[in-house]
Amino acid sequence: MKMLTNIWRLILFGFLCTVFPSMEPMRTGAIKLHRTQPTERISGSAGDVLDDDPVGRLKVFVYELPSKYNKKILQKDQRCLTHMFAAEIFMHRFLLSSAVRTLNPEEADWFYTPVYTTCDLTPNGLPLPFKSPRMMRSAIQLISSNWPYWNRSEGADHFFLVPHDFGACFHYQEEKAIERGILPLLQRATLVQTFGQRNHVCLKEGSITIPPYAPPQKMQAHLIDEKTPRSIFVYFRGLFYDVGNDPEGGYYARGARAAVWENFKDNPLFDVSTKHPTTYYEDMQRAIFCLCPLGWAPWSPRLVEAVIFGCIPVIIADDIVLPFADAIPWEEIGVFVDEKDVPNLDTILTSIPVEVILRKQRLLANPSMKQAMLFPQPAQPGDAFHQVLNGLARKLPHDRSMVYLKPGQKILNWTAGPIGDLKPW
Amino acid sequence: MKLSALHQSYLNRRNNIFRGQAVDPSADGAMKSPAAVFWLALHGLCCLVSLILGFRFSRLVFFLLFSTSATTNLYTVPLQQVAEEASGGSVLHFSSTPAVNQELPVNKTAPRVVVGRHGIRIRPWPHPNPVEVMKAHRIIERVQREQRAQFGVKNPRNLIAVTPTYVRTFQTLHLTGVMHSLMLVPYDLVWIVVEAGGASNETASLIAKSGLTTIHTGVKERMPSLWADRHRFEAKMRLHALKIVRDRKLDGIVMFMDDSNMHSMELFDEIQNVKWVGALSVGILVHSTNVGESSLSDVQKEADNPVIPVQGPACNSSNILVGWHTFNPLPLKEKSANHIDDWGMVLPRKLEWAGFVLNSRLLWKDFSDKPEWMKDLILFDEVDDVESPLLLLKDASIVEPLGSCGRQVMLWWLRVEARTDSKFPPGWVINPPLEITVPSKRTPWPDIPTEHLTVDNSIGAQEQIGVVKRPAKAKGSRSKRSSRSRRKHEARTVETQVSEKQTKQN
Repeated sequence: MKMLTNIWRLILFGFLCTVFPSMEPMRTGAIKLHRTQPTERISGSAGDVLDDDPVGRLKVFVYELPSKYNKKILQKDQRCLTHMFAAEIFMHRFLLSSAVRTLNPEEADWFYTPVYTTCDLTPNGLPLPFKSPRMMRSAIQLISSNWPYWNRSEGADHFFLVPHDFGACFHYQEEKAIERGILPLLQRATLVQTFGQRNHVCLKEGSITIPPYAPPQKMQAHLIDEKTPRSIFVYFRGLFYDVGNDPEGGYYARGARAAVWENFKDNPLFDVSTKHPTTYYEDMQRAIFCLCPLGWAPWSPRLVEAVIFGCIPVIIADDIVLPFADAIPWEEIGVFVDEKDVPNLDTILTSIPVEVILRKQRLLANPSMKQAMLFPQPAQPGDAFHQVLNGLARKLPHDRSMVYLKPGQKILNWTAGPIGDLKPW
Repeated sequence: MKLSALHQSYLNRRNNIFRGQAVDPSADGAMKSPAAVFWLALHGLCCLVSLILGFRFSRLVFFLLFSTSATTNLYTVPLQQVAEEASGGSVLHFSSTPAVNQELPVNKTAPRVVVGRHGIRIRPWPHPNPVEVMKAHRIIERVQREQRAQFGVKNPRNLIAVTPTYVRTFQTLHLTGVMHSLMLVPYDLVWIVVEAGGASNETASLIAKSGLTTIHTGVKERMPSLWADRHRFEAKMRLHALKIVRDRKLDGIVMFMDDSNMHSMELFDEIQNVKWVGALSVGILVHSTNVGESSLSDVQKEADNPVIPVQGPACNSSNILVGWHTFNPLPLKEKSANHIDDWGMVLPRKLEWAGFVLNSRLLWKDFSDKPEWMKDLILFDEVDDVESPLLLLKDASIVEPLGSCGRQVMLWWLRVEARTDSKFPPGWVINPPLEITVPSKRTPWPDIPTEHLTVDNSIGAQEQIGVVKRPAKAKGSRSKRSSRSRRKHEARTVETQVSEKQTKQN
């Protein structure tokens, strides 16, 4: 009798083991039909994080700064609304009318300072970062003197948007940016930035990486029929040599873009050139792979465009940290190629198994993936604004011992940094 | 890259930063040791030499001294050097790894990625590898197949294409077009080829090249030579094919592909949407050869508003079928062709068969779900002329308009034939090979019926007159003259003969 019960237990155990396989942390679910096309669910490290709703999980207080920090700057140059650094402006607008906003700073979890540091543009549209440190410093002085919340935590429960090339290092040239380092006053605050590279001075622990701004309406306007067959294997449009600043190459993009050109310029599978076609967005929708190599900085709006148009991004930037890396499994969506492997790019791409490619395309087709890369006006659920709030919500609750200072304790050094930064703005 | 003055100043600002950095080490070095003075002197010498030579030769020197050919990097310059260079104003300096590390806080690991000048890696043979190109093409094909499966038609049904044909000069031309269109269709299909004058080997060998599933049948009577009779006969041949569909219980969508029509690939995707009977818009191409005959005002009108007539379903604003756009032949009746090789235009009938598609189950004898508006095929055995498939229906309003309610034209109707007496090599194989090449200008077609010569072809007429004239001149050497083959000496003798004759005449 006992033997029989034991045998039954074994059989049941074996049955259960085969029917319910072990759960892995990053598992993509079964194919779910969305509209007419099969997509796959993207599961982040904690489940379907992209679809989380931040409302109710955090409260944000928006400081009322004088308009010289935001509105007046924007009035001087309207191009700030359309260039790739426009996220700082749209985030401000979103927060002003969002449900997470609170007018009572006592109950706020996070504090937002609306200062547009990337809006001082040259005639060609490139932002000059030379006054940004002073602007930021002046804003922080203002909030620390008018409200007690900065001094309470020395900025540990404050967040700032710094979408410039190297984030809060406030310089377009990498060596200079590394030399300056992150603005000392921001060393305890949470930075929301586009720049992300592992083991780099300008990316600090706990930062949230966001995608650069790409105009959603413009991209929607160029959508073509999904039935159009994808006939371009690899597509790229952009500079290979920055002739003005680095004529021989080797400096720009760490030589990676020049390597792409020299190795693949007469390869029929690679549609790469510096020309500016009017059908750029349409061409991306007819391509299977889109190259996203680094430039002067590792990030670029190409990643956003590739995701929106369903083109698998081929990321050529060593140690890059991609947007919302804790919520989006980029390894499963894109192809990562080391800069030293660029000469073998064709071998690498042609040796990817077709099933893997099809799976990546299904993941890219997921609308929540596309939505998470955009900054639409008005805001929609699941878009980049909400992902930023989700990221902030995931950092809650604040560790009271770390965030709030004891009375009399001072960590920040208000006189650190280059002397030029200390001048009032 | 166009550089405006302001942009240039911005760039100069960027470049000045570089220069600032480069100057400092050398300035510091000068204070420190005689070795540094030596380097400064060398630097000055290099500057002078570059001023004279005009390019950055010091980089070249370093490259030649320190680069190794063993590596695959053609343009590698070692990172450890600090090369100073001043020519033309902009200075680029290499940063060495230790300098970067000093910037970092102690507890961070040294970055794998270094700022500074890197080599441009080029592999020894930077050209496409054919094996990889083929792999890539297979990937592309698979992706496109997946796209079709996702966004194209789900559960595609078989196609049954019905083509009436007969052996004549242009048969190969027309049938090849239809055949290649069918070969591109991504769905399963059966091609029923009905031939007038019996199934012939020529047609059989032609359609066998397609690799498609074909049913080749013949109808005993030959194709009539009057266009009106020919339209009637084609309808009869199509009914014959429909009987085959009924008898063999073929399942799918029946479409009528006349051999001289042109079909676009979107047509085959659109047809899959039909439930029972569908109608499409057909563009009618009536080729007008006699433009010169029509009055000037007509020509101008045509030029202003060149609209080709379209036959097909007509819908109201809520996309419901309300009527038919048909072809009105009356204004063109005088210019139309009667015989097959007439020079006029060939006019279609009111509604061509080609613009309709049927579900093959409608034709089956004992199909339980057959709708009551479908007449039985047996009723049409003795009927002389079935003008369009609408006659097979009791109620024409159930027809489904396809192609966004007839707004898209996906097929075009055309009838073009060669002269009845035109000769073509059987199977279009020239065997035995031609020995004599005769310029076509000099051979008048025999037995031209004179009524076919119009005033328009005055050039042609002159040609003929010219041809008639010339033989009088050099009649004797005409045959030899025409053989302009490789034998040169013969040509020379011919010419000497002609010149002799000319001198004689002169």
